[in-house]
Amino acid sequence: MAYEYRPFDYVAPAGLTTPEPRHKVVIVGAGPIGLGMAIELANHGVQAVVLDDNNVVSMGSRAICWSKRSLEILDRLGVGEQSVTKGVTWQVGRTFHRDAEVFNFDLLPEDGHKMPAFVNLQQYYVEEYLAERAMALGIELRWKNKVVAVDRRSDHAVLTVETPDGAYEVQADWVIACDGARSPVRGMLGLDFEGELFEERFLIADIQMQADFPSERWFWFEPGFHNGQSALLHKQPDNIYRIDLQLGWDTDPEVEKLPERVIPRIEKVVGHRDFTLDWTSIYTFQCRRLRSFVHGPVLFVGDSAHIVSPFGARGGNGGLQDVDALGWRLAVVVKGTQDPDILAGYDRERLHGADENLLNSSRSTRFMSPEPGVERLFRDAVLHLAGRADFARPMVNSGRLSRPCVYPLTSPDADLPAVSRPGAVAPDAPLADGWLLNALGGGFVVLALGQAAPNVAGARGLQPDINNHLQSRYLGAKDRAIYLIRPDQVVAARWVTAGADDVEAAMATAWRAA
Amino acid sequence: MTALITKPNIADADGFYARLLAAHRGMTEAESHAMNARLVLVLANHIGKAEVLDAALSLARDGV
Repeated sequence: MAYEYRPFDYVAPAGLTTPEPRHKVVIVGAGPIGLGMAIELANHGVQAVVLDDNNVVSMGSRAICWSKRSLEILDRLGVGEQSVTKGVTWQVGRTFHRDAEVFNFDLLPEDGHKMPAFVNLQQYYVEEYLAERAMALGIELRWKNKVVAVDRRSDHAVLTVETPDGAYEVQADWVIACDGARSPVRGMLGLDFEGELFEERFLIADIQMQADFPSERWFWFEPGFHNGQSALLHKQPDNIYRIDLQLGWDTDPEVEKLPERVIPRIEKVVGHRDFTLDWTSIYTFQCRRLRSFVHGPVLFVGDSAHIVSPFGARGGNGGLQDVDALGWRLAVVVKGTQDPDILAGYDRERLHGADENLLNSSRSTRFMSPEPGVERLFRDAVLHLAGRADFARPMVNSGRLSRPCVYPLTSPDADLPAVSRPGAVAPDAPLADGWLLNALGGGFVVLALGQAAPNVAGARGLQPDINNHLQSRYLGAKDRAIYLIRPDQVVAARWVTAGADDVEAAMATAWRAA
Repeated sequence: MTALITKPNIADADGFYARLLAAHRGMTEAESHAMNARLVLVLANHIGKAEVLDAALSLARDGV
């Protein structure tokens, strides 16, 4: 079944008739990142208003691969279980050269996590779930409200917004630009978007067909069915399959998008004509970012801040990690309990995350689309050897899939397992009555294992019974430990034993994100 | 810390040189380049150590 688009209701905003009081936070863009941001802030007690120039969810499946970390974040936002239930769960990727499998990977070989390694789910479903959740929380979503001008003042911003009933002005202490890769807000501020454009084009198509391909990611270099180029096949819910086909730079995107061009190409991939074309698009590979994601009262989150080429699923997943990093910080700034300069921690940590995503995406792109000459020579050498020698297989790069980065924190650490070191997302584990990440929630937590939690103002103590998963992920050879975990579920500091003073000092540092 | 060996280390250097040329015999220049690329990857994996590989890359690039 193809997705049925149901438009959201446009309601004439109050500001058209009388000036609105200044808002605390206005979010531009109701994609997965903008909606996620609004819910995250609401979870921290801050109501934002969301503006979107359209009134439907994403046209086409667009972002389809949601990582384990994204699912954990979506779970905190209230739509995680729904997304997993509807989505296609997968963890194995296979890479072929011509007709032979040359490399495969298994993204989550261990159990004891609530969320799977990856779920494929069309962006329109994620947006639908998030929009419903936002509305249930009473968040005001203003559809067909298009921002056409941004005026940055010293401590707020003024937006000019066009609606079907005319234009009006909105003032906000903070504006969060979640308006995507072509971000109009970024353009209106005249900010440089620095990086690389690769001379490569891919055709992306969703087809609907009855088939029993396994729930795996299949990537081909130089398959017989696509004339020496690359191809990807990936399953989505509703019998929809994503197919990506490399086109090269010398093709005309407008011509290649025509169904009479697309259908014969796909017929070669799947071997028959018994499918319907649901959506097509053409994209180029780009790896760019803003020099900073914080510009006075205007904050950039998701694709508006950074874009990567798509084969690592690092766009949507990177954006949700931005949401994770910004929500808890901005909420306390809005409430006035911390100074705005703590937002430098958001900037520093997510620049680090963006650079890691850009590095991995650039490397994958270079492998998939090497320059003629020596780049091509070594790419082909790796593919040639991959079928003959084990060492060359991990060099085959069809995308390194999104994992949360480990922030470079300099905070108290101890001789405990590497997987839960400071800066890493706290690894999930089963508890007697649920899951650790659900129990952490969205505030500071002192996780005490094998001992009582010291009493610390502003943090909640959690003392679960130790089981095998907690032992291996949080204790290793030790029989006790204290972890301070931030509201974004990142480990802030850890000790074998610690007093309240130690934890309080680490908490003060965590706001500053050393 | 392992250092890159730059002193003679192949017992029969003339014999190896001859076998290297023999391995390329009958190839076009493009095929030879491709084989050399594969050979670099095979030998690099055998060496493994980043500091040795970096020293080898520097030495090979020196004078270009």
